[in-house]
Amino acid sequence: MLLAVALVAACAAGLALGPVPIGLGDVARALVGVGEPQAIAIVRDLRLSRMVLAIITGAGLGMSGAALQGTLRNALAEPYLLGVSGGAAVGAVLAVVAGLTTAIALPVAAFAGALSAVVLVLLIARAARGRADPRILLMAGVVVGAFANAAIMVLLAGAGEGTVRNALWWMMGSVAGADWSTIRWLALYAIGGAAALVAVARDIDLLALGEDAAAGLGVHVARATRRIFLLAALLAAVTVAGAGLVGFVGLIVPALARALGARRARVVLLASAVLGAALVVGADVVARTVRAPAELPLGAVTALIGVPFFLVRLRRVS
Amino acid sequence: MISVSNAVVRYPGARDNALDGASLEALPGRITAVVGPNGSGKSTVVRTLIGQVELTSGAMRVGAVDVAMADRRLLARTLAVVTQREELAFPLPVREYVMFGRYPHHGAWSALGAADDRLVDAAALRVGASDLLDRRTDELSGGEWQRARLARALAQGGDVLVLDEPGTFLDVAHEMALFELLDGLAREGRTILLVSHQLNLVARFAAHIVLLDHGRVVAAGTPADVMRGDVLEPVYHWPLVVSRDPAVGAPVLVPLRKR
Repeated sequence: MLLAVALVAACAAGLALGPVPIGLGDVARALVGVGEPQAIAIVRDLRLSRMVLAIITGAGLGMSGAALQGTLRNALAEPYLLGVSGGAAVGAVLAVVAGLTTAIALPVAAFAGALSAVVLVLLIARAARGRADPRILLMAGVVVGAFANAAIMVLLAGAGEGTVRNALWWMMGSVAGADWSTIRWLALYAIGGAAALVAVARDIDLLALGEDAAAGLGVHVARATRRIFLLAALLAAVTVAGAGLVGFVGLIVPALARALGARRARVVLLASAVLGAALVVGADVVARTVRAPAELPLGAVTALIGVPFFLVRLRRVS
Repeated sequence: MISVSNAVVRYPGARDNALDGASLEALPGRITAVVGPNGSGKSTVVRTLIGQVELTSGAMRVGAVDVAMADRRLLARTLAVVTQREELAFPLPVREYVMFGRYPHHGAWSALGAADDRLVDAAALRVGASDLLDRRTDELSGGEWQRARLARALAQGGDVLVLDEPGTFLDVAHEMALFELLDGLAREGRTILLVSHQLNLVARFAAHIVLLDHGRVVAAGTPADVMRGDVLEPVYHWPLVVSRDPAVGAPVLVPLRKR
């Protein structure tokens, strides 16, 4: 309930605030297509698309993190640890270096990069153990991430200044590039992935007891772990394709959801979706208003907002 | 009942078979104990039953169901397992934890209902864990946690119960309480398969003992058949004497000092 209020408030602020402030009444009128044409254009074409992309990004990262933390039994697990961010960055940087920076090419390249990294992680884990062992998955993810970082440095070392700048901005995360045709596709994938994750929520609950205990309760452990891992990676890949790297959301949002009393995986997943969306929408508002008309990197703002939250929570627990 | 026939398990990359043609049977209404030294294959039996390890050859059945072919979720309605270790990644209220025992009875979208609540209450009552339901899993002592886990296993509703080293970390009183509880559960008609290192307790409570060594059954029978110095000494490679406890009449194993 509280979460929904927070999300609605963040969204309202997101539509109203900006270089050209628009009253909430005018925002509502513009949404339904009434009022000044300029206000309608700003609200509908600029801010609403940003907001939807921010919601997809926040909700996707939040849910992805929640699923991984439960399955890997580790409160420090997050989507970017699994090589998703590294792979997406390599894909995006390759696209930038090749001069493909259109609204379609960049997300597709990032998405493809993320998925290749995940497949690579799964193959490494399989070769190492033949099973979907959580610790091996984490280690494989870290290794693939490190390799991706090295690849990016090599790619950028020989690139021109403009290319480096473009790539850097992409890596700092932003929802400014939101474009309805891309968003539509991303939303479709995100909703599908999210629904599939909610459907396996009970497996996540049981996997959090440990592999053998989960198996005793009827979970096909290797298969379920792989499935959850792939879904979480898909969701994270969708967000990375749309908004670049927005750090900290996947780590902190599930922890906050749990701190607010969510326990069963299904509740943690849904709460993380709402909380993540509110966090990223709010962070985007901050990112584009604090030093307007210049924008701050979204990934930096999410961390700046998230860290104090996290610290306050830690203090209350201990 | 559980029946294991000629079970062979070889872990990938291992030199020897973890189970090497082992056959055993656990019948309803009594406690069957599987004992043996570390690495003798005891836990492999349990891990094969829950589908975490695949049989290389042979068969394991729970009732009439072949565990290699079984739908895991359906099997979990008959067979409940209390594994050696289980540590929650994120603490829960005990009631929600025991409710996990009802998950095998539900699909992804069917809601847990009042009937499940009643079964959770009944399971907790049976193992004396009713007062734990409102506490949190991370607040429980070792004995309380073991009872909560038993309640979760009973909530699964099956009549076959497998426990892997349930007495670990328990003091004398909690250990005895646990074995008496298992004895009571067996007398109600359940099949109880117990993997344990506590030979003396097993000798008092189990009707049937299976001794494993290097994945093979080297002795099986009543406590009097298995609890003998000449049977146990070659398996444990340690000088032992077995005497009869004057107070309770059960065989008691006493390991001797080498020096």
